[in-house]
Amino acid sequence: MTTLTGASQRRSAELNVLGRKQRSLWGDAMHRVVRNRLAVIGLVVIALALLAALLAPWISPYGPNEQDPSLSLMEPRLVGNPQYVNAKYLLGSDALGRDILTRLIWSARISMVVGFVPVALIFVIGVTLGLVSGYHGGRLDSLLMRFTDVVYAFPDLLFLLIVMATLRDSPIGEIFGGLFLMFIAIALVAWVGLARLTRGQILSLKEKEFVEAARTIGAGSGRIMLRHLLPNALGPIIVSLSFAIPSAILIEATLSFIGIGVKPPTPSWGVMIHDGFVVFSTTPWPVLLPAFCISIVMLSFTFVGDGLRDALDPRMRI
Amino acid sequence: MPELLEVKDLKTQFFTRDGVVRAVDGVSFELAAGETLGIVGESGCGKTVTALSLMRLIPQPPGKIVNGSIMFDGADVMKMDDDEVRGIRGNNIAMIFQDPMTSLNPVLTISRQITEALELHLKMDRAEARKRTVELLDLVNIPSAKKRLDDYPHQFSGGMRQRVMIAMALSCNPKLILADEPTTALDVTIQAQILDLLKNLAREFRTAFILITHDLGVVAGMTQRIHVMYAGKIVEKADTGELFANPKMPYTWGLLRSIPRLDELRKAKLVPIEGLPPDLIALPPGCRFEPRCQYRREICAKEEPELVGIPNAKPDHEARCWGTQQGGWLVDLDWRHEIGDIAVLEEIKKEIADLPPDVKRAGEAGGGTPPPPPPA
Repeated sequence: MTTLTGASQRRSAELNVLGRKQRSLWGDAMHRVVRNRLAVIGLVVIALALLAALLAPWISPYGPNEQDPSLSLMEPRLVGNPQYVNAKYLLGSDALGRDILTRLIWSARISMVVGFVPVALIFVIGVTLGLVSGYHGGRLDSLLMRFTDVVYAFPDLLFLLIVMATLRDSPIGEIFGGLFLMFIAIALVAWVGLARLTRGQILSLKEKEFVEAARTIGAGSGRIMLRHLLPNALGPIIVSLSFAIPSAILIEATLSFIGIGVKPPTPSWGVMIHDGFVVFSTTPWPVLLPAFCISIVMLSFTFVGDGLRDALDPRMRI
Repeated sequence: MPELLEVKDLKTQFFTRDGVVRAVDGVSFELAAGETLGIVGESGCGKTVTALSLMRLIPQPPGKIVNGSIMFDGADVMKMDDDEVRGIRGNNIAMIFQDPMTSLNPVLTISRQITEALELHLKMDRAEARKRTVELLDLVNIPSAKKRLDDYPHQFSGGMRQRVMIAMALSCNPKLILADEPTTALDVTIQAQILDLLKNLAREFRTAFILITHDLGVVAGMTQRIHVMYAGKIVEKADTGELFANPKMPYTWGLLRSIPRLDELRKAKLVPIEGLPPDLIALPPGCRFEPRCQYRREICAKEEPELVGIPNAKPDHEARCWGTQQGGWLVDLDWRHEIGDIAVLEEIKKEIADLPPDVKRAGEAGGGTPPPPPPA
């Protein structure tokens, strides 16, 4: 029953000097994402879309609403009917003679914004409610969860239709060309899943001994929730958010296609499909190209989400 | 000596659908500054709940401290509001948990876990707290502490993690450390190191500590006094030396009988205490140990004995047993014969004799009558 003697203590100290850099939990997860080929492809596509969105004014050949009525409904070069191809438009033009490539690039802005901003709101609402509900339990938990159930039970699309249709022309609907209203509407229907997920995580985490240990050093509820519980639940939350992004993009496209989303002439992939639909029998390109963009971006987010899920799942750890 | 901690008639109960679980049922004890106390008993006899009650950490509901007062350093913990209690936790009273594998937060670095208490209570800034953390990790003998500050718990072994837990407990120089089975989850060689570390540090900083364990062998060399708990009550209390020289309560005998030995061919078998502790919802009407006690008599099942002094023992040696009271049938019984293997006790006594004088003196101070000579 003795502590180490001087010499052996020094020896064990030498043995324990770490020659290599330690990997952090997140560094480890990142490494696994990078090894996943599909996730990397997804990340590259998303990065390209983000770049296009950021650099739209500089990289697009024309203005988003610049039209040349004499050159309407041109088809893409190389694949289109040569009769209807014009050197000016790489991917052709729409019914009003606007360059489709330009509008696709500008549309990426809307999609990226619609993908990320509501998801930030979803994160705030969902995580807050989930944390509070799961941590406090009891009556507050029941109350919040019944409220969550009500929101969950209400048909999303119906809610979105009602909100967008009624408030689109009100002052709120005018902010950022209707985008602000859409952010709010999407966030209000989509936080439910995250709140439930967070609550579930917290319910099991709060019984862990380290939470009790935190309590014994005098940490208050807020500190325990934010500093001890949330970081532990972050893995599944991030995965869930990475799947929420494509669904927000899809909601935007859907609403814009119906005609109650982003206000024309602001280009968005949904708006473009909406516009192209009218001339679909003449030429399918104004519909196909934005639809292709939506698919490819959604698929990319799904790949990344899958990659993150595999990387952050503790059972996948080697 | 002014008492640091004075617990009176503490009752902690859990209200479940099946009934009221009386986890701690009228426990009283006191502890002077710098003093060490061992609480010993089987699993589920209320040791941990007692410790958690002291910090008012009983989950409520279903738990509740229904009675009793806890005077700590002149203030009544029971009457404090939440902020005041939080100010004590980690600052004046610190706790070390049983399983170091689960009591560190897996996603926080070692330094962040230790600096938390420093930032909370001592209002240190990041840089100061980190400096202090290095000192603390050095203190608990973690090699190249500075390099390991930003490691995560999974990069530490069990023993190292328990050292981190001890460093956390010591961080704010608490007056009292509650160590709840601090070595149960560790292997035997590490156990000895950790106990040694705990003992030395507590002595160095004059920190009082309460060591909770189910292993009488663990407390033997560690604490000045020992309280044996059974089914939510203290059943025997004595100085460490006295308890091992002159154990009285049959339950204590049972615990002594079940200390395993590894070093020697043992003739006597390891004898477990038959049966299980009673259901804390439906307690027996008489002595709580009665159903398992091989020395029981009629009175034991009818009425519960009080915790009182014992005729042929030191005055502060008390037991909750009809047999050890004045004129009882266990008073003159040869406990050595009852326990069987005396070698264990001889060894433990030798260990106590090796204790530094200040610990021993405290152990002997209360003694009046010498321990009775072993009857032939």
